[in-house]
Amino acid sequence: MRLKAENLSVRRGDDLLFSNISFELARGEALIVTGRNGSGKSTLLRTVAGLIHPEGGRAYLLSDGRESEAKVPEASHYLGHRNAMKVELTVRENLDFWKTWLGDFEGGKGLGIEDAADAVGLSGITHLPFGYLSAGQQRRFAMARLLVSHRPIWLLDEPTAALDASADQLFSGFVEAHLKSGGMVIAATHQPLGLAETRELRMKGFDYLAGEHAA
Amino acid sequence: MSEPIPAIKKFSDLANPTVFLGLTARIVPYLAVLTALLFVWGLYLSFTTEGDYQQGETVRIMYVHVPAAWLSMMCYSIMAASALGTLVWRHPLADVSAKAAAPLGAGFTLLALITGSLWGKPMWGTWWVWDARLTSVFVLFLMYLGLMALQRAMDDPSRSARVSAVLILIGFVNIPIIKFSVEWWNTLHQPASIMRMGGSAIDPEFLRPLLVMAAAFTLLFFTLHFLAIRNEIWRRRVSAQRRLAARMANREG
Amino acid sequence: MMALFLRDLKLSVRAGGGALIGVLFFTTVVAVIPFGVGPDLNLLSRIGPAIVWIGALLASLLGLDRLFQAEREDGSLDILLMQETPLVLTVLVKCLAHWTATGLPLVLASPMLGLFMNMNEVAIGAVMLTLLVGSPAITFIGAAGAAVAVTLPRGGLLVSILILPLTVPVLIFGVSAAYAAVEDPAPFFPPFAILCAITLFFAVIGPAAAAIALKNSSE
Repeated sequence: MRLKAENLSVRRGDDLLFSNISFELARGEALIVTGRNGSGKSTLLRTVAGLIHPEGGRAYLLSDGRESEAKVPEASHYLGHRNAMKVELTVRENLDFWKTWLGDFEGGKGLGIEDAADAVGLSGITHLPFGYLSAGQQRRFAMARLLVSHRPIWLLDEPTAALDASADQLFSGFVEAHLKSGGMVIAATHQPLGLAETRELRMKGFDYLAGEHAA
Repeated sequence: MSEPIPAIKKFSDLANPTVFLGLTARIVPYLAVLTALLFVWGLYLSFTTEGDYQQGETVRIMYVHVPAAWLSMMCYSIMAASALGTLVWRHPLADVSAKAAAPLGAGFTLLALITGSLWGKPMWGTWWVWDARLTSVFVLFLMYLGLMALQRAMDDPSRSARVSAVLILIGFVNIPIIKFSVEWWNTLHQPASIMRMGGSAIDPEFLRPLLVMAAAFTLLFFTLHFLAIRNEIWRRRVSAQRRLAARMANREG
Repeated sequence: MMALFLRDLKLSVRAGGGALIGVLFFTTVVAVIPFGVGPDLNLLSRIGPAIVWIGALLASLLGLDRLFQAEREDGSLDILLMQETPLVLTVLVKCLAHWTATGLPLVLASPMLGLFMNMNEVAIGAVMLTLLVGSPAITFIGAAGAAVAVTLPRGGLLVSILILPLTVPVLIFGVSAAYAAVEDPAPFFPPFAILCAITLFFAVIGPAAAAIALKNSSE
């Protein structure tokens, strides 16, 4: 399976945020989107996730050389700035809900709730309300959502913003494991994720009319 | 404020939740047994005394209605005292006491309203009239519910304590209105007949069960109130423990 | 689907007693009417069904604006939007959960308020039945309004203003069915059937409109 984006352009109001961005990802490949603030990194991720309708171009999945039935959003996890967790519910209820709601994409299986909590280094507090946790802990459990249900594509927007160094490392580990098992990752970030083999897409903003940057 | 006077010192000892928990753990069983005995006696009296020649058997509703109505006002007064305790003395248990009393007060008020309308249907021919006494009691009921909603809406107990204390004190205006409504306005509800100048205007035949029931209801209130305070203290401790657990998990991780 | 329904129910029970506040508002609105029109029992029993209906209508508008806004604020909305499950269905389930948590308590509280308005047993039963059938329609219309206003910072009031005109038909047929049950010449069934039809109609239109609005709301 491959993820292909062709000539994506997004307009907000009268401004063209970016245009003609194309890239292609195969299994096990990661794409790091860099660029200064306001260059449209988040917008690009949200466009791929299907949350923004592009002005032109499209993103789709290829399997066996043909366009796949499945849409990109269904095959993707999106980890945005916000954690998508309810502070009133316990961690377990939150994760349980996402696990049943999201289900597993074909060809994979998500971890159990406790295993996922263990993986993010916070086992034993899943019975607590999400609102009791510190910002860093909340972010870790937001990552656990990526683990409890299987999705081949991870779209990560500043994934390590609220994390300390050790959690940063932990997260790089997840991304690496995900890539090894044949997943794909697109991450918008300022900090290097510490990944060995990645490609980089540098967003320059509209004034340069960013062209094709697939490295 | 160099040396607190002994009474206050004793009182502030009570402020220690642990002391309070220990004390109530010993008192509550006796209180509960006493309440049950009084209820047995009171109910026995209520059902064995003669019915009124005018009202017939419905007069027995009074043995529940009147104590419940008294309790609804007493409960609010206790909440108002607790609110003062919160605002003036920062007494740590005052806020817990106010919070624990609100649902009880709402319960007694509802009981008074329901028994009142059960009595009103055969006597007045309607379940409800908008006269001063009934309306002001209904407003009291709404205030209890409003306070409960306010206390539940805020997460942080110390912050919600101040705010609801202010509201409780404002609402206290309603209590004298309820008390004197039957005298200030010409209403369908009969005026006070037990506690008034010049002795009670009620036959001892009815007074005895009424007073026993009132005592039973009062003890019931205190039993439930102590238990509710205990629950609230434990609830806060559990919540504190959970926050602690969240912090501890971070340290390991 | 069931998971979403249960989650929303849990949320509305835990987040500061949503149902309690709705019922309290309902009670308060109805209770101030006698202060305005005077305690004349005959008058109250005549206008009772209309007052209870209006009170329920206003109370069920409470909290509707949070239907999607809360999801948007914590980012859950993005993930709900990405799923292959038809968005209409998601919205419908959210509406049903919202109605169960806030609309149903109103229906259950309405007999008590009927007594306060000196309505007779038939009128109380009729009001309760019409509310049971009609109040989901308000939630469904409300979902569309909430979805339109989801990105607005102070959408709460706007949602109410947007929705209220649309709920007029529900109010008209709800109240006329309730009156028809009490007053003899008018038949009860036709307005009641129309009320059912309105609810079913909005059960389709409301979530569909909300889904379209949500699809276009994200930026």
